[in-house]
Amino acid sequence: MQMLVIAEHDNKGLNPATRTAVAAGREIIAASGGGELQVVVAGADCLAVAQAAAGLEGVSGVIQLDGPALAQGLAEDLVDALLAQVRARDVRAVVFPATTNGKNWAPRLAALLDVAAISDVIRVVDAKTFERPIYAGNVIATVESSDPILVITARTTAFTPVADSGTAVSIITISAAAPTERAAFVGQALSKSDRPELASAKVVVSGGRALGSAEKYRELLEPLADRLGAALGASRAAVDAGYAPNDFQVGQTGKVVAPQLYIAIGMSGAIQHLAGMKDSKVIVAINKDPDAPIFQVADYGLVADLFEAVPALTAKL
Amino acid sequence: MKVLVTVKRVVDYNVKVRVKPDGSDVDIANVKMSMNPFDEIAVEEAVRLKEKGVATEIVVITCGTVASQDVLRTAFAMGADRGILVESAEALQPLAVAKVLKAVFDKEQPQLVIMGKQAIDDDSNQTGQMFAALAGLPQATFASKLDINGGSAQVTREVDGGLQTIAVTLPAVVTTDLRLNEPRYVTLPNIMKAKKKEIETIPAAGLGLNLVPRLRLVKVADPPGRSAGVKVDSVDVLIDKLKNEAKVI
Repeated sequence: MQMLVIAEHDNKGLNPATRTAVAAGREIIAASGGGELQVVVAGADCLAVAQAAAGLEGVSGVIQLDGPALAQGLAEDLVDALLAQVRARDVRAVVFPATTNGKNWAPRLAALLDVAAISDVIRVVDAKTFERPIYAGNVIATVESSDPILVITARTTAFTPVADSGTAVSIITISAAAPTERAAFVGQALSKSDRPELASAKVVVSGGRALGSAEKYRELLEPLADRLGAALGASRAAVDAGYAPNDFQVGQTGKVVAPQLYIAIGMSGAIQHLAGMKDSKVIVAINKDPDAPIFQVADYGLVADLFEAVPALTAKL
Repeated sequence: MKVLVTVKRVVDYNVKVRVKPDGSDVDIANVKMSMNPFDEIAVEEAVRLKEKGVATEIVVITCGTVASQDVLRTAFAMGADRGILVESAEALQPLAVAKVLKAVFDKEQPQLVIMGKQAIDDDSNQTGQMFAALAGLPQATFASKLDINGGSAQVTREVDGGLQTIAVTLPAVVTTDLRLNEPRYVTLPNIMKAKKKEIETIPAAGLGLNLVPRLRLVKVADPPGRSAGVKVDSVDVLIDKLKNEAKVI
């Protein structure tokens, strides 16, 4: 089968989520008896990203769709450009990483192809059958597609990122059509941090409402995260209260993470939050309420006042 | 400006659903049902636009059985003006719902369609994007701020790296994220008034659309369990366990 995997990037570098989508794509190709996997890099002046994609394991080729219309990833023009590639190449499967971009683009493409989209795939059962979480991850559904073209978003924590191949496949560069101006980019406010990216960090230090304020969130969690080389996360309650920015939210409707170590500080453990972190390898919970639901999933629970325990932990590491 | 808002009746967010013993589906008999929380945010945003004098009429639409009338009534109690129930005994998948919405959009001609970004039952996060595609409309998904400026909407979106602001030409589709607003509680007088508002029922089968499900639910299962570990009684013991037992630091 012919497959497209849509790269996640910022026009400068390839986001690691792309590697997990390629991994999911390879499993589908293997299950279908073989085929070609092309990575699509849609952006503006994104040759460096295309070159990085060309060096990924399991990739047959790279299609670089380049032009001002695609600079900010606006869905209308970008999906039209993808649709042209799907039609021109007799593509049978399109795989997106389940990032906010992937979630924004995939269903739009699927509808234009008159096929279903399958969101947040966590396992490839066979070439048409997939597992995905529903009800905030409390149930795993197995669904089988009857469509001629698969459109999928792959959960980034569920697939092992592909490595570099050590060689480079060829890159086809295609100029994008002029912007249609149905939507326009106005601006962005991206969180700047020297810490690892939350979605792919090996250690996550995450805080809940019990921290009490944005000042305490930073005062207690940042030194601990610095000591551990960790990314910072937060519960919905902490984000709603303004302790942390929206892109720190871990949970059913925020980011899904599966680090080696997840430290939940002052969090009750609502099911919507657990949906975003329960696949972490080791979970630590620090909470003064011994009955908090977070302790039901924690490998190590410390019932303590976080305002004493967290500084002590930071000091002793 | 007419605003169309989509609402879905789902298992209440406080209910932990169970898998049926035969694994054929989840068991939702006799559990509490509510309006999808993201749709409540969508209704609230429309009502605020009306209170600001930007919106003139709010039409709410849902797909489902007669039981789904209750979420339309909830939307009425929040301030919506009129309801449409597209009746279907079979649960419609996102692509089918998008086709139904396109048919109703063509008839109603709203300037703005506000939808929840995802329903908390199937967690698909698809219908808004699919409807926008079929109707040829721009989409502003995962909105945390919405301003209408004449013929366009400026929308701040929650994206992986932070916030992105875009402007979309109206008519457009906006899907709501959690921090767009905090929905109001409905009051008893408004619940009483809601009973008088009109619901139009349209049989889905009469729309002449291909609504056949594209995905077959093979089975459902519980996720792999995660059992509680141990409680440690001090920071020192915690560090020791992480270093020597779990070997993660």
